[in-house]
Amino acid sequence: MTAGLNNYLVLSAVLFSIGLYGALSRKNAVVVLMCVEIMLNAANLSLVAFSRFVTPVALSGQTVAIFSITAAAAEVAVGLAVVIALYRQRGTVDVNDINLLKW
Amino acid sequence: MNLDLLRPEICMALTALAAVGADLLFKRKAIVTAVCLAGIAAATGLTFSIMGNAPQIIANRLFSLDDYAIFFKFLFLGLAFIVIVASVDYVNRMKDFHGEFHALLITATLGAMLTASATDIISILLSVELTAISFYALVGFLKNGKTAESSIKYVLLGAINSAVLLYGFSMLFGFTGSTVLSGMERATAAIPSGGAAGGAGLLFGLMLVIAGFGFKIAAVPFHMWAPDVYEGAPTPVTLYLSTASKIAGFAVLTRILVTPFMQPVALARNWGIILAGIAALTMTTGNLLAIPQVNIKRLLSYSSIAQSGYMLVAVAALGMSSSNFLQARSSLLYFILAFAFAELAVFTAIVVMSRNKPADLISDYAGLARRSPLLGVAMTLGLLSLMGLPPLAGFMGKFYVFTQAAQHGLLWLVIIAVVNSVVSAYYYLRIIKTIWTDEPASEEPVSSSLGPRFALAFACLGIAVLGVAPAIITRFSEFGSHMFMP
Repeated sequence: MTAGLNNYLVLSAVLFSIGLYGALSRKNAVVVLMCVEIMLNAANLSLVAFSRFVTPVALSGQTVAIFSITAAAAEVAVGLAVVIALYRQRGTVDVNDINLLKW
Repeated sequence: MNLDLLRPEICMALTALAAVGADLLFKRKAIVTAVCLAGIAAATGLTFSIMGNAPQIIANRLFSLDDYAIFFKFLFLGLAFIVIVASVDYVNRMKDFHGEFHALLITATLGAMLTASATDIISILLSVELTAISFYALVGFLKNGKTAESSIKYVLLGAINSAVLLYGFSMLFGFTGSTVLSGMERATAAIPSGGAAGGAGLLFGLMLVIAGFGFKIAAVPFHMWAPDVYEGAPTPVTLYLSTASKIAGFAVLTRILVTPFMQPVALARNWGIILAGIAALTMTTGNLLAIPQVNIKRLLSYSSIAQSGYMLVAVAALGMSSSNFLQARSSLLYFILAFAFAELAVFTAIVVMSRNKPADLISDYAGLARRSPLLGVAMTLGLLSLMGLPPLAGFMGKFYVFTQAAQHGLLWLVIIAVVNSVVSAYYYLRIIKTIWTDEPASEEPVSSSLGPRFALAFACLGIAVLGVAPAIITRFSEFGSHMFMP
């Protein structure tokens, strides 16, 4: 039995949910960024799966996935730079300690 | 390919490089500013050279050049020019990073300009990311704990948001089979109007996309970052974030929804109602939370959230308008223009006040009108326009938007919006009272160089002209609304 579109979509939904849960519950900013990577890859997976099953001839979904990987890399590069800047200022990357600004 | 139609964008990219180069080569940092302003002026000229034609496709449907895109290109170029001019004094606070600051402002503008004309998932994604990543760096520019904190909050939430956006796009792609907006339109046109086939999946995708752009435009419940980031960021960046970033979000959200998802009518009604609900929540939350604030940037961030709510009223009206959407969209463009001028006036005054040391508390503005009449008048005009007082731009914007919403069956939303405008008068008038009647801590006049004064005068002129003679500008925003191509 081969995996159909539904299997891929369920896998991607599960991965996305795991990533979202992690991103919202983790304390370490670096781990939050890693969880965001899981979410992005879940989205990439669903793009590629849709592309394979819905438009098998055109590779449009795969192309989007490749571009989104590039964009995500750029985003994480800046994200890590900001984490380092934060660590130099505060000596911590725990998001629970980032509480100077609140209403 | 006709990439030459991207002339203004190519010019902006070169300007960003030139700004970094000038920073390396020259000791005098004013040269960097001059290079940027010249680049923006050149890009504006190039935009003039490509306007007025029939809508055109660029680079195999990645971008399109239509009047809607040109409207936003002019708007973003103008905003970037004014922001750079307004912050000539302020940037001395970060003299080691003069070139980077300007280069990032230019790349953010470039991203916003591309966003306004992007018509493919790939180009939308990349141009939105270009704007966002430039802002991540800009927000953390001052080296203190506050900006580092607002920067990390913006980066983490922004990254989560772009994942949500991408997931939403993957759904739209999956259920329409196309990454191009015009292809999506063809797919939605093929859905029989009564059938639910693909409707639920499309609506799910649209919800995620609305959530993603709801973050950019700071709509409730995706607004949590805005007050913290607006407060912690350097004030010129706050100014640019509250205008360019938000307006780019509206530009692309409107382009995605209209026209690809205007059919079937049931689908358009669904997202229209969802946006109407978000608009009501956004206005109410923004206005109520603005009332207790003592920090002016924080107060204005909540006010800016509330203004997003009013703009969302126009977007919701688009969904309810079925095929007759041109008027509703030009009301959105008009409101955006009025909003941009008002934000420019208010935030430029704050930039001038905080050029040497932070002046973030409302009490720092006590007696401002006596210390500097220009700042006092500009800030008052801006606040009154945001409030929507009749002869000013903000009133015409609200009037135009609310009329459209009422025409398309959203009367309940208009009532909520009008009640909200009344509530907002309380905190706007409180600042105005502080500016005009309170005793200043020191009588020392506020000096400013020519640049910020020009920016303030320009913003005041815009507010007055848009309010008193809206016909001039309605033609411009209708121009932006006509000849629209997915």
